[in-house]
Amino acid sequence: MTAEPRAAALTIEGLRVSIGGHDVLHGVDLAVEAGRVHGLAGESGSGKTMTGLAVLGLLPHGSRASGRIAFGGRDLLGMPARVLDEVRGAKIAMVFQDPATSLHPMLTVERQLTEHMRHHLGVGGREARDRAAGLLAKVRIPGPREALKRYPHQFSGGMRQRIAIAVALACDPEVLIADEPTTALDVTVQAGILRLLRGLCDDLGLAVLLVTHDLGVMSAVADEVSVMKDGLVVETGPRGRVLREPRHPYTRSLLDALPVPPAGENSP
Amino acid sequence: MIMPLTGPLLSVEDLVVEHRTPGRPVVRAVAGAGLQVAAGEVVGLVGESGCGKSTLARALCGLHGAASGRILVGGHPVTPLGLRRRNPALTGVQMVFQDPYSSLNPRRRVGAQIADGLRTAGDTATSPADVLERVGLPRAFAGRYPHEFSGGQRQRIAIARALAARPSLLIGDEPISALDASAQAQVARLMRDLAMESGAGLLFISHDLSVVRLIADRIAVMYLGKVVETGPTAEVWADPRHPYTRALLAAIPSPDGAGVLPAELPGDVPDPADPPAGCRFHPRCPLAMDVCREREPDFGPVACWLHEPEPSSLS
Ligand SMILES: Nc1ncnc2c1ncn2[C@@H]1O[C@H](COP(=O)(O)OP(=O)(O)OP(=O)(O)O)[C@@H](O)[C@H]1O
Ligand SMILES: Nc1ncnc2c1ncn2[C@@H]1O[C@H](COP(=O)(O)OP(=O)(O)OP(=O)(O)O)[C@@H](O)[C@H]1O
Ligand code: SF4
Ligand SMILES: [Mg+2]
Ligand SMILES: [Mg+2]
Repeated sequence: MTAEPRAAALTIEGLRVSIGGHDVLHGVDLAVEAGRVHGLAGESGSGKTMTGLAVLGLLPHGSRASGRIAFGGRDLLGMPARVLDEVRGAKIAMVFQDPATSLHPMLTVERQLTEHMRHHLGVGGREARDRAAGLLAKVRIPGPREALKRYPHQFSGGMRQRIAIAVALACDPEVLIADEPTTALDVTVQAGILRLLRGLCDDLGLAVLLVTHDLGVMSAVADEVSVMKDGLVVETGPRGRVLREPRHPYTRSLLDALPVPPAGENSP
Repeated sequence: MIMPLTGPLLSVEDLVVEHRTPGRPVVRAVAGAGLQVAAGEVVGLVGESGCGKSTLARALCGLHGAASGRILVGGHPVTPLGLRRRNPALTGVQMVFQDPYSSLNPRRRVGAQIADGLRTAGDTATSPADVLERVGLPRAFAGRYPHEFSGGQRQRIAIARALAARPSLLIGDEPISALDASAQAQVARLMRDLAMESGAGLLFISHDLSVVRLIADRIAVMYLGKVVETGPTAEVWADPRHPYTRALLAAIPSPDGAGVLPAELPGDVPDPADPPAGCRFHPRCPLAMDVCREREPDFGPVACWLHEPEPSSLS
């Protein structure tokens, strides 16, 4: 991976998805560039997660998707499962909103981190273990070497979320889709994770699609911001513009709803 | 369900809770924590990821035994859930679990799961659809299964189920983390209102400090297994005294569009299996003094040598 700027790493055009005949995405357009963080906010149930899952070909059973998802000059929609398998997990990785989807409950953290590396990067056991411990340290897990031997349920909710981030980063992906990756973190640990992601973008050219409902997080790391409502992207633009001069009424309502009690006033 | 009370509704004294795994060092996740919640009061519990909040919450519901210390709910001691006998302290305690995916039964319709709560409360007038409506979901959702919902929708369902049982003590472990910003404040207020309406106490565990500020009467700040600062929310916000509380409040990212990354705490996240001697925060504290490395500040409301209570106020 090089630091030179690349064009859009991932482009989603006119993505439509229906689940069991019910339309959930009505033509989503999004572009994520190398070395940039594209923030995606939006109403609960508006289709943020389904957009991410569609990129990885992991939509729920009974779904249909149409449109175009371009990655490396190819359309991921309609790609044979075998080819998609090579892309998924190695070149495009996802941190799932539900940590249980990212982590296998019966496998040690070491297995989950190194299996991907050995399969996709072809590194040996010792090197994989060293890299795995390094990744855990990067996501601020205390005692990373010892932590490798433990199982997911032996960690706190926020630690599991960070381990899922480490698993997603294990194979040096080009694109990371992170679906609410810091909801289980306090703000100081969250700051560490945001700095880590920002660093990977700046130094290695990682492209990040960051789904978050936290507009503070959005403001801290996103370069571009898109806002979804009812299965559509209703607004896209540079972070400063969208957060300071929102054009769509829904974006404005999100900003207006931020809980900011007047200084010095007590709780209700 | 309101219990006749003299003391606080929930009282936790010097609680120690350990995780033991064969062949591993003991993890003392809660290491002498104290906490009180009065009836009709909302207490926000905040702290670093991994500091022991969920372990504490599970101990309060009898899901995890205490190694030492005391938990009283409505004056009754909480003991780990036995095989058959219902613990009198625990009738009336409801918890919304941190993980909204695993706390709902995947094989039962959500309406049936909410009906369980209504039955617990002996409520025959309310239907599960009514409860869904109160948490902002369509009535028709009652007929669906948990996997058919988005993350935020599931979280509202978990809240609906807990509220349906009309608890006297409601514990929410990150109950709003999957909701969008506008819904968070709204659902948090709803939890507060519904708890207050029935004179219940609410222990609200959350990383979302702006929401905690909005709904909590008091906050308790936890660091590495201990409650290090407690106080009325507005006071702690205006004048945080423990250096950890200060770092925490300073790291809230602002939604101003400026692209500023907040500061993280210096140094490594500590391991509860191997806590630092003296003040547990000293390796990361910008104000650490010699005494901090040697003696643990074992007092309240601010467990820090810079805020030692006057001798007269020590009991
Ligand atoms: N397995 C499923 N079957 C049917 N409908 C589903 C399924 N999963 C999700 N949906 C519906 O698809 C829509 C989009 O869901 P999605 O999970 O993408 O929302 P989201 O924007 O990620 O919301 P949140 O912020 O709450 O996570 C929702 O209306 C949801 O009810
Ligand atoms: N079953 C377990 N076995 C061993 N250690 C455990 C177990 N469950 C939790 N721990 C450890 O106990 C400590 C406290 O975990 P807990 O889940 O209480 O934290 P938390 O404050 O809720 O964190 P978060 O904000 O990330 O949810 C952590 O170090 C965690 O690794
Ligand atoms: S006791 Fe000392 S090390 Fe601990 S928080 Fe206070 S000043 Fe810092
Ligand atoms: Mg989602
Ligand atoms: Mg927790």
